[in-house]
Amino acid sequence: MCGIVGLFLKDKALEPQLGALLTNMLITMTDRGPDSAGIAIYGNPETGRSKLVIQSENPQIDFPGLDALIGDRLGAPVTIAPKDTHAVLTVPAGTTQAVRAALAEHNPSLRVMSRGDSIEIYKEVGLPKDVAARFDLPHLSGTHGIGHTRMATESAVTTLGAHPFNTGDDQCLVHNGSLSNHNSLRRKLRREGMHIETENDTEVGAAYLTWRMQNGATLGEALQSSLSDLDGFFTFVVGTKDGFGVVRDPIACKPAVMAETEQYVAFGSEYRALVDLPGIDTARVWEPEPATVYFWSHADGPSETSKAA
Amino acid sequence: MQTIDLQDTGLRSLNQMLHDQAETTNQTVWEIDNPKGAHAIACGLDAPIEVVVKGSTGYYCAGMNKEATVRIKGSAGPGVAENMMSGSVIIDGDASQYAGATGHGGLLVIKGNASSRCGISMKGIDIVVHGNIGHMSAFMAQSGNLVVCGDAGEALGDSLYEARLFVRGSVKSLGADCVEKEMRPEHLEILRDLLERGECNAKAEEFRRYGSARKLYNFNIDNAY
Repeated sequence: MCGIVGLFLKDKALEPQLGALLTNMLITMTDRGPDSAGIAIYGNPETGRSKLVIQSENPQIDFPGLDALIGDRLGAPVTIAPKDTHAVLTVPAGTTQAVRAALAEHNPSLRVMSRGDSIEIYKEVGLPKDVAARFDLPHLSGTHGIGHTRMATESAVTTLGAHPFNTGDDQCLVHNGSLSNHNSLRRKLRREGMHIETENDTEVGAAYLTWRMQNGATLGEALQSSLSDLDGFFTFVVGTKDGFGVVRDPIACKPAVMAETEQYVAFGSEYRALVDLPGIDTARVWEPEPATVYFWSHADGPSETSKAA
Repeated sequence: MQTIDLQDTGLRSLNQMLHDQAETTNQTVWEIDNPKGAHAIACGLDAPIEVVVKGSTGYYCAGMNKEATVRIKGSAGPGVAENMMSGSVIIDGDASQYAGATGHGGLLVIKGNASSRCGISMKGIDIVVHGNIGHMSAFMAQSGNLVVCGDAGEALGDSLYEARLFVRGSVKSLGADCVEKEMRPEHLEILRDLLERGECNAKAEEFRRYGSARKLYNFNIDNAY
């Protein structure tokens, strides 16, 4: 069992409240996943800059001076904004791979939580309310975000085992369920050159989607093909720079509820997670169909509701 | 009428109050405010009382119900009226997966749509769905009636025993050993009664009946690998 929440804002006026709304939803899902929690929030991109969120077991030792060191390697300005065990590195656009390589060389114990133009992932072991407090999640603003509360089944309870998983720029995935063919698929994806860090099943799912998209598939196509290539139970919520998508396996035993108003599209593992959203009493509330891909995007216009495939 | 705000009272206190009602209670009508999707609301009732839940519910609302009438003025989460013995549960909105699962008796009415596995392993419950139902509904259903005014999803009635299935709309596919059967006058009579009790004005003549071909009842050597 795990809990998933997601919120895609159509109304810009709600953007300053995104972190607060998502955090409240996340904490409501504590009893579906008390061992770790994470959030991916999309917002505040700077022109010509990208962001990496990194994590350290020893932030007091590892973070000071890291901006200058990476900046020297790149020959370009880098800034760092530490937040508890995480720090946001702001780097020139298009250099995320180079920064990643420089970090690995400089200090292999540093972990990259996310990379992209607007995504920031914060995740740790612990109760959702404690994780939210450590990173001050309620004060984050943004256009859309996804959260996850984890009750581990397929791999250890560690920071890297927590969701969301980010395997490509601005892409992330959260998962409720368990994949049964993740070992063979991990080997295949590694042979294809995909970087997979953990023994976690969901990371393989995320890497699979990224691999498909690197080979020309749209997100909708990648999600559609996951229905035949991934074996197991899953309700997935994926985030991209522009929006979020939802897909459930054909058996659909992992729960999912969605709500839509003029102001937002929201996802929850349970209706409980949605009850404090503004206007929920008059929202259109429904259960996403099995084996059906849904996607909402800011790129398509302000209030687009569509099945992507 | 007793009005309980679930956010003030808490789930365990509410359910204990409802469990404390004897057959002869004078407190026959209960209204529950602010359910907010909580789990196990009005579970395990055993008295002829009426409980009105003013909003949507989470997992297992009205599970194991006996004698009581539970009305949900919203939608219901997974496992609503699971293993109901008698009484009735009426949902104004939609129901999530496995509504009425393993129910032995009573009446479950869903005025919206029901999700997958509606009436799975039903053992005598009557279920009336005004909208559509999802895949694998009435899987291994043993007895009782499932009435669907809309469409049915994939694998309806897979491995069915003796439950009767009535569907007005389309059936995406029938499960193993489930077949369409002749609608005889006695079936129309059963269906009319169910539609009336299910607060539904559909006409019995518009439905088709499905049931077990009874070919899985005995071992067939041709099915062995």
